[in-house]
Amino acid sequence: MSRIVLDQVAHSYLPHPQTEADWALREMEHVWEDGGAYALLGPSGCGKTTLLNVISGLLQPSQGRVMFDDTDVTALPPQQRNIAQVFQFPVIYDTMTVAENLAFPLNNRKFDKTYVKQRVEEVAQMLDLEGDLHKKGARLSADAKQKISLGRGLVRADVAAILFDEPLTVIDPQMKWQLRRKLKQIHEQTATTLVYVTHDQNEALTFADKVVVMYEGQVVQVGTPQELFERPSHTFVGYFIGSPGMNLLDCQLEGKEAVVNGGRVPLNEAAAQRAHNATGRLQLGIRPEFLSFDARGQNGLPVRVEQVDDLGNYQILTVRLGGELLKVKIAEDAEPPGEDGSLRFPPDWTRLYANGQLVG
Amino acid sequence: MDRWPDHKAWFLVLPVAVLVAFSAIIPLMTVVNYSLQDVLGGTYFFVGAEWFEQLLHSDALHGALQRQFIFSFTVLAIEMPLGVAIALALPRRGWQVSLCLVLVALPLLIPWNVVGTIWQIFGRSDIGLGGWTLNELGIAYNYTSNSVDAWLTIVVMEVWHWTPLVVLLAYAGLQAIPDAYYQAAKIDGASAWAVFRYIQLPKMRGVLTIALLLRFMDSFMIYTEPFVVTGGGPGNSTTFLSQYLTRLAVGQFDLGPAAAFSIIYFLIILVFCYVFYRALEGIGKGAP
Repeated sequence: MSRIVLDQVAHSYLPHPQTEADWALREMEHVWEDGGAYALLGPSGCGKTTLLNVISGLLQPSQGRVMFDDTDVTALPPQQRNIAQVFQFPVIYDTMTVAENLAFPLNNRKFDKTYVKQRVEEVAQMLDLEGDLHKKGARLSADAKQKISLGRGLVRADVAAILFDEPLTVIDPQMKWQLRRKLKQIHEQTATTLVYVTHDQNEALTFADKVVVMYEGQVVQVGTPQELFERPSHTFVGYFIGSPGMNLLDCQLEGKEAVVNGGRVPLNEAAAQRAHNATGRLQLGIRPEFLSFDARGQNGLPVRVEQVDDLGNYQILTVRLGGELLKVKIAEDAEPPGEDGSLRFPPDWTRLYANGQLVG
Repeated sequence: MDRWPDHKAWFLVLPVAVLVAFSAIIPLMTVVNYSLQDVLGGTYFFVGAEWFEQLLHSDALHGALQRQFIFSFTVLAIEMPLGVAIALALPRRGWQVSLCLVLVALPLLIPWNVVGTIWQIFGRSDIGLGGWTLNELGIAYNYTSNSVDAWLTIVVMEVWHWTPLVVLLAYAGLQAIPDAYYQAAKIDGASAWAVFRYIQLPKMRGVLTIALLLRFMDSFMIYTEPFVVTGGGPGNSTTFLSQYLTRLAVGQFDLGPAAAFSIIYFLIILVFCYVFYRALEGIGKGAP
């Protein structure tokens, strides 16, 4: 168990990176605290797997250092780092039995036989694999195979962290849910640091204590699911997390109000203050859950309802405000909207972004 | 829906049936027919299993069969490990891949009798580069008079000619292994030997089975190359089955024994291929 520090780490797959876009990972500082359950969330191609491989040592970063506690492991291959990694597609040694598969990482490291046997039994019990120990790996179902891949990570009691690279992609939906729960239980039992890569926000939000959101090779926000939802620090986080994502509108600042398409939205004093000092493209962001819609159009900005989607337990309105479309989430039993209405922007939930970064 | 009531569909199968009949069934049955008869000046006598009995007690056949087995197993024992080793040593990606594959595959592109001729000349002690060099180094080497030398020449030629096939098949098997296996093995701290033993070898099992079957069949039926190099000699030391068969059928025109021999030959190959196939199928899928 240890704290994993990424110190000025950056990576490019090209030998001579020129522009920003050549870097798969832009320079970053990040600390994975000991015993945390992290989710690494981001769209495909944002550098999640690259980051994971840098931590495990499958990839040498182009620059920067990787530290496990106080030891610099940047130059060490994965064999010499205390790290486990589970891949997207289950990797299983076909000719070995389940027990031999589980024992493999320990046997390679020449552990004592009785210790290996004891660990294999413990892990098999944790993963409900006791009945399968003597089966050949090749005969198992995809989820059992993935459990074994996972077991090979868990069997080493001394690992600094277990890294998961979208491990549940090939698993049936209902098994997915069970396995994710299993992982959470194991985390509670063993307190091993877990880093879980996914592009599925539900998976990330249900699994992790802390979610690390990546976008274009950068970590844009680290926070609890609640923080990500309530205070996205980047427009990408706002848009990527939540369903539907945050509404983002271009705006100008006038005193304590934001001007959107001629309409005036009141802001918090502190937020407006900070926004005045910011430069660049100014955007107003608000989540569909926090907008309040008034069908009688009495207060707020006048809007036209374009579409109503009934999702069973709530409704999503698509409304037009000048040239922009916004999504609004309203209760299932709310008054049925007509053609027109008005929108109120609660100042506490209205965020301002300059060039994508949260300012207020 | 009712089934289509008439049997016109059978006509669609007819072309294939005719093709197979003329290319396989009729020739095979002709051979069976010959094997049970004796031909004397245009008249046919039915002789039953006489040719078979005679052949099974023939020393010449026993000798050829024995040499054939020794040859095939020697060649397999060299070509399979060597082919896998070369495949492992080839580069995995980059422009070097195509270059290496073309170089490796070159012997496969040469016509068989040309392969024989190349080695026939290469091994000659008067003008051949190989034969001459060996003799100059003080090693008495002459494949036309010494049967050990003749064997060595033919085995080396066969290995040179056909190992590339094993290389190509094994290489294809290796390329099909996903990167995740190698990455997982690194994380698990596996040694290079363990990677070979538990990942590469099991994943190559399918292609290696095919390589083994092909190489067994082809080496068991080898004819052209030894015919060109040694003509079966010195003595009978490199006379393998197919050459013996040709001598019976074409040289001495003993159609009956030659036909009986063909059938025995065919059955031996069939049985061996089946046994190899089942044996390799069993590995890894065997007892739980």
